[in-house]
Amino acid sequence: MNQRARIGRRAIGGAVLVVVPAVFIAVFFGYPIATVLWRGLGGGGGETFLDLAESSRQRDIVWFTLWQAVASTALTLVVGLPAASIVARLPPRRQRLVRALVTVPFVLPTVLVAGAFTEVFAVTGLDEGALRLRHTVWAILIAHVFFNYAVVVRTVGAFWSGLDHRMEEAARSLGATAWAAFREVTLPRLRPAIASAAAIVFLFSFTSFGVVLILGGPRRATLETEIYRQAVTRTDLETAAALAVVQLVAVLALVVVSTRLERRRPIVGRGARLSRRAASPVWRWVNLGIGFVLLGGPIGVLMERSFSTGDGYGFDHYRALAERAPQLPAPATTALANSIVFAVTATAMAVLVGLLASLVVVHGRRGLARVFDLGLTLPLGTSAVTIGFGMLIALDEPPLDLRTSWWIIPIAHALVGVPFVVRTMVPVLRAIDPALHEAAGVLGASPARARREIDLPIGLRGLVVGAGFAFAVSLGEFGATSFLPRRPENLTAPVALFRLLSTPGDLLRGQAMALAVVLMVLVAAAVLVIESARGSDEGVF
Amino acid sequence: MADPMLQVREAEVRFGELRAVRAVDLDLAAGERLALLGPSGCGKSSLLRAIAGLEPLAAGSIFVDGEPIGHLPPERRPFGLMFQDHALFPHRTVGQNVEFGLRMDGVDPAPRTARVGELLELVGLAGFERRAVTTLSGGEAQRVALARALAPGPQVLLLDEPLGSLDRHLRDRLIGELPEVLDATGTAAIHVTHDHDEAFALGDRVGVMEGGRLHQTGPPGEVWAAPRSLTVARVLGHTNVVDGPDGVVVWRPDAATVVNADEADTVEAVVERVHFRGVDHDVRLRTTDGRSLRFVLAAAPALGERVHLRIDPARVIRFGD
Repeated sequence: MNQRARIGRRAIGGAVLVVVPAVFIAVFFGYPIATVLWRGLGGGGGETFLDLAESSRQRDIVWFTLWQAVASTALTLVVGLPAASIVARLPPRRQRLVRALVTVPFVLPTVLVAGAFTEVFAVTGLDEGALRLRHTVWAILIAHVFFNYAVVVRTVGAFWSGLDHRMEEAARSLGATAWAAFREVTLPRLRPAIASAAAIVFLFSFTSFGVVLILGGPRRATLETEIYRQAVTRTDLETAAALAVVQLVAVLALVVVSTRLERRRPIVGRGARLSRRAASPVWRWVNLGIGFVLLGGPIGVLMERSFSTGDGYGFDHYRALAERAPQLPAPATTALANSIVFAVTATAMAVLVGLLASLVVVHGRRGLARVFDLGLTLPLGTSAVTIGFGMLIALDEPPLDLRTSWWIIPIAHALVGVPFVVRTMVPVLRAIDPALHEAAGVLGASPARARREIDLPIGLRGLVVGAGFAFAVSLGEFGATSFLPRRPENLTAPVALFRLLSTPGDLLRGQAMALAVVLMVLVAAAVLVIESARGSDEGVF
Repeated sequence: MADPMLQVREAEVRFGELRAVRAVDLDLAAGERLALLGPSGCGKSSLLRAIAGLEPLAAGSIFVDGEPIGHLPPERRPFGLMFQDHALFPHRTVGQNVEFGLRMDGVDPAPRTARVGELLELVGLAGFERRAVTTLSGGEAQRVALARALAPGPQVLLLDEPLGSLDRHLRDRLIGELPEVLDATGTAAIHVTHDHDEAFALGDRVGVMEGGRLHQTGPPGEVWAAPRSLTVARVLGHTNVVDGPDGVVVWRPDAATVVNADEADTVEAVVERVHFRGVDHDVRLRTTDGRSLRFVLAAAPALGERVHLRIDPARVIRFGD
């Protein structure tokens, strides 16, 4: 082949790499968000961003959103850090098992978890009386700890087990007590991991939707639920847009602060792990107990309820899934099938876009790589509600009238999944020794060929992990989906679950629990794939 | 010498402000082996990478058989490269690593397999095709890297300190085997190293680099016996620098013999350390005026003994100006 043809082909390959993810993000994320901003800042007339500040209800909502996120983060750290200390000292194989177990709750659909907690309160009698938890802030906080426990245990635990243990030994030999050695030597080195875990927990709590909507009750509103209420219940799109602007600004500020913090993370050498003393048994059992009750309790109650038929146990509720309940446009089994098809489609899109984007982030020119890195993280930070709302108001005119299209749901889900693919792929690709590319080059591979021969096979494991997350996220996605048109062929399992749960009375409770269990099994399968593909030390989420 | 196959002219490599390689000229004949010797940071690896096309030349040009190749990307240059830490592809087997270059050249599967077997046999790893590279020992990985680099039949093999990470025993063995493999394939080589023993053993010619410049090239014996400057002498491991009446000179380590105290023109020194090396002794001494010297002596003097040394003028290195 002559050289010009070669260069021509390389340029086309490079352009595809950049254009596909750029167009996807710009059209399905950038444009809707820009529309929200335009409307929220008064571009469409009517109430604006500035008018909001005068409403005391809206000020209360912002305040509540903020403080519940702070409280959730603090509580998660208090419960999660001791657990991380134990996980860090487990032998690698058991560490992986624990990490897999705590990850299941992390990816469970929010609606499902909220439903499980409602049931826990009912079973334990905490739904009424002096110790009422139902429809209180505490219900929200506990559910947030349930979700984010994994973030702290994984992020801090993995980092902790990588620290050089000899430094603590040096401190002890210099006369420090165990506590002093922890405070003076361990804690300062853990700080970057704790900070980044805290930032993620805060972000998730700040943008939490399903949990607040169901567990908070009608009177507790955060920015997320209020955007939903204004847009869907009151159809006041201008106020919803104004609220979404507040949400966007807050999240952007958060992302900027947390990336700043992360950049300050020092390079920590992998330490020798010669002596790893196990934690004291009491400490270990207390923490194991807390984790077991917190994570296992709601899941256990969920399962028990799904089989309970009132006068015994059986599969009645599962059989009922095949029949259409009056509250649903289609039977729950149809919703499950829809969800699986959506998840497969969304995963395929997220993997394609995420893979191309990761290659640009790792191998692209610096400026371009930066833009991609940030542009692809934004959908992770942006609340799903804002994304769904943006799509609802932006993609309603030809040539992009997708509101009634089947495709809008997998696209919205893929958008939420892309950051997961990118976040797992980029570290894997970055860890590839540049000498391998050089070796391939000297052996006659063009840069594009070298990427295909080296990055693709090595990155495949990362890709499987990312795909697993994208699949699980799509299965449980509720925030964005709840904005999109309600048609029988668009009904997803989480939306069906939400409708069943919001029906008063016990009649449909059992069926809701059965649907939740099936959904949970699917998600757990995705987690299993993630954990078996993941190496021992990678872990971004 | 016939027209050199590889010519480097006025080559310069820059990293920002740092000029890592400055105005280097270098020739290599077909089948010839050149060892580039220099301390770490002297620019020898940068020069090698520039020849391979992995670093851009800031100035100068490279010719192969008279054709300029400085504008070509690495994959289109007729060179093989052996990396310091092998850079074997961890996700591929030994056989897949070795056949990589052949696959890039579009060689058909059947001749490819044959060639891989041939090369593995050449490096003493016959039958290793299906092994995972992660299970190889350091020496085995080294041989696989060599087979991989040689498989596409490069005109010149570039070796970037490939023996640095091996233990001494293995290194000695590979120093013996490497020239045999290169001769068997008729491949010319440029071998970068900081170890003068390795350079002398592997190079038909030795080039001494320091501070980004190539100071002197020539057959190992010639360069060692007659370094052109003090810098070159130091890189070659000469330590006996003496500021004498006719300027700065260097006493070769084999220049001294222990003689009786009554002889004229001797150097008086106290023995500080004796290192037994089998056939001879590496002896460190301090002269009465405080100068530190190091000689190879056949018979070991006692530690702390005061000895008289006669310096053979034929083994004193003098510099031109």
